[in-house]
Amino acid sequence: MDKMTTILQPDDATFPGMSEPAKSRTARPVRGLSDRTIAWLFVAPTIALLLAINIFPLVWMIRLSFTSLNLSMSYLPLRFVGLDNFTDILTDEDVWIRLQTTAQFVIWSVAFQVAIGFGLALLINRQFRGHSFWTTIILLPMMLSPAVVGNFWTLLLQPQIGPFNYLISLFTGVPPSSFSMTGQVSLAPWTIVLVDTWMWAPYVMLICLAGLRSIPDYIYEAAEVDRASAWRQFWSITLPMTVPFLMLAVLFRAIENFKMFDMVNLLTSGGPGSTTELVSITLKRAAFEKWRTGYSSALAIILFVTVFGAANIYVKALNKVKQR
Amino acid sequence: MTAALAKSTAHSIVEASPRAKTVAGSLVILYAVITILPLVWIVATAFKSQSDAIAYPPKVIFEPTLEGYVNLFTVRTRQTPDFIAKLPPPQTWYDKLVRQRDMVIAGPSKVVPRFVNSLIIGFGSTFLAVFLGTLAAYAFSRFRIPLADDLLFFILSTRMMPPVAVAIPIYLMYRQLNLTDTRLGMILLYTAVNVSLAVWLLKGFIDEIPREYEEAALVDGYTRLQALRKVVLPQAVTGIAATAIFCLIFSWNEYAFAVLLTSGEAQTMPPFIPFIIGEGGQDWPAVAAATTLFVVPIVLFTVLLRKHLLRGITFGAVRK
Repeated sequence: MDKMTTILQPDDATFPGMSEPAKSRTARPVRGLSDRTIAWLFVAPTIALLLAINIFPLVWMIRLSFTSLNLSMSYLPLRFVGLDNFTDILTDEDVWIRLQTTAQFVIWSVAFQVAIGFGLALLINRQFRGHSFWTTIILLPMMLSPAVVGNFWTLLLQPQIGPFNYLISLFTGVPPSSFSMTGQVSLAPWTIVLVDTWMWAPYVMLICLAGLRSIPDYIYEAAEVDRASAWRQFWSITLPMTVPFLMLAVLFRAIENFKMFDMVNLLTSGGPGSTTELVSITLKRAAFEKWRTGYSSALAIILFVTVFGAANIYVKALNKVKQR
Repeated sequence: MTAALAKSTAHSIVEASPRAKTVAGSLVILYAVITILPLVWIVATAFKSQSDAIAYPPKVIFEPTLEGYVNLFTVRTRQTPDFIAKLPPPQTWYDKLVRQRDMVIAGPSKVVPRFVNSLIIGFGSTFLAVFLGTLAAYAFSRFRIPLADDLLFFILSTRMMPPVAVAIPIYLMYRQLNLTDTRLGMILLYTAVNVSLAVWLLKGFIDEIPREYEEAALVDGYTRLQALRKVVLPQAVTGIAATAIFCLIFSWNEYAFAVLLTSGEAQTMPPFIPFIIGEGGQDWPAVAAATTLFVVPIVLFTVLLRKHLLRGITFGAVRK
């Protein structure tokens, strides 16, 4: 209300700069700009930047995906090979295995994050003393750089000197140097799921918490009056009303984990062998180690299309949540 | 936010019983303690000596030393005890510390230039993204723009692309433009990534400012731009600050583009930290020291952002 009155009384001294309009009215031609012009002037730089940094390179890449360009042999003339790169990729069994590895990583990590995140949100929602402080502590991992996280977890997971194996051996009696979380084929895929869950469960928690808080108290009060059991209340009130939020969290995490590169690159760099080689790591190897630019452009486009499909679903879900 | 909520539900019949609260509280605190242990371990490792850091069993109690930090900031050479004995007495505490390990400081390490790169690229891209984002968000919020929804989706979709895939054509383009391994190149790239977040978040914040304020100002003879500068921006300042911090955190933490597109000149901290090596492998106390210094601003920002965190991580989809 205060602000309103200040604006309605432009002569008010508390509003500095009010004497300026008179001056600038004659000095600057800006006065005459129509809303339409301003709208375009304001939006254009952002669109121009995105066209230059995202769209132009993308179009260039689409062109390259039809060539056999290899940057380590860039003296060769650019040769167009039609859809060869695409057929190579889609018929390559290794690529399908990488996609499976990626899918398994996405499914398991998101599943654990949802279970832990939703559980934590339910507990925090009970508003015990100090919940705000502890929530902030729990949120910290997701704010860190994935690269730094991948790096310091390699120390924590060292078989000999790392505290992780030591703690496991304290509880189970297994000698700490008898297993390696990052070096063993049977454990490495679970290790990247573990670290990703450590990092991102708070993300799901935060979104679920918003969902839980959006449920008005009177619904529970009505359920109490009807003598609905706590179990029943959970299944017919809490869960259905949190689902849109949960879906949003799942889609965000699924897209992010599908793109996963940084944390895994530093933690296992795809190994041992190729047990944790997610598709982004395959792409990086093809593009920046083997320098097969034509081939990797085609693979990148396939990934784009996949993510884009997911993005469409996401926007629909997002609108659904917004409508509430 | 939480305080207000706690108050509003304090006396409702759906409030959890004291016992349920205690159980919930203990479980959450247990999780919080477990989840924070890795970070505590890293902060502690930064104060260990080289041998304590790789001791078996892992040392919980140790004599703290600043060796890790000294090693992080310096390049050292190993010398014979005779050579060191002949040197003039050490000038500083860190000279002394290094000489106890039979080493002599040869010069500063690259950590300061890398840190400076992180700062310049972080703040540069944040400033640009928030500036462009504010203009675009204002336009999307207040004016009728043809195909606005499609444009907004286009802006968001640029963020959905896997960074490694984006890096392939950027690498080729930057080679042509001589932008490879330059701060300018990284600033432009991070701005492009951040501007999508900035537009979406700021549009939400500006949508919440009642239009009547500006309309009143326009009636009073303000131009659109004056109304934006003197009425809308002061009201959006919290939202702009929160957006800026989100952009800064992204640029600060970013690794994929940095590792693929920079190698020296413009390298930031995330690709640098894993390669801090001492004699015979990674120098863990120095790596931990770098990690600690790198993470401290993030922890502060998290506390500052607590209220807007939800909004930031969901691109403004959930506002609470």
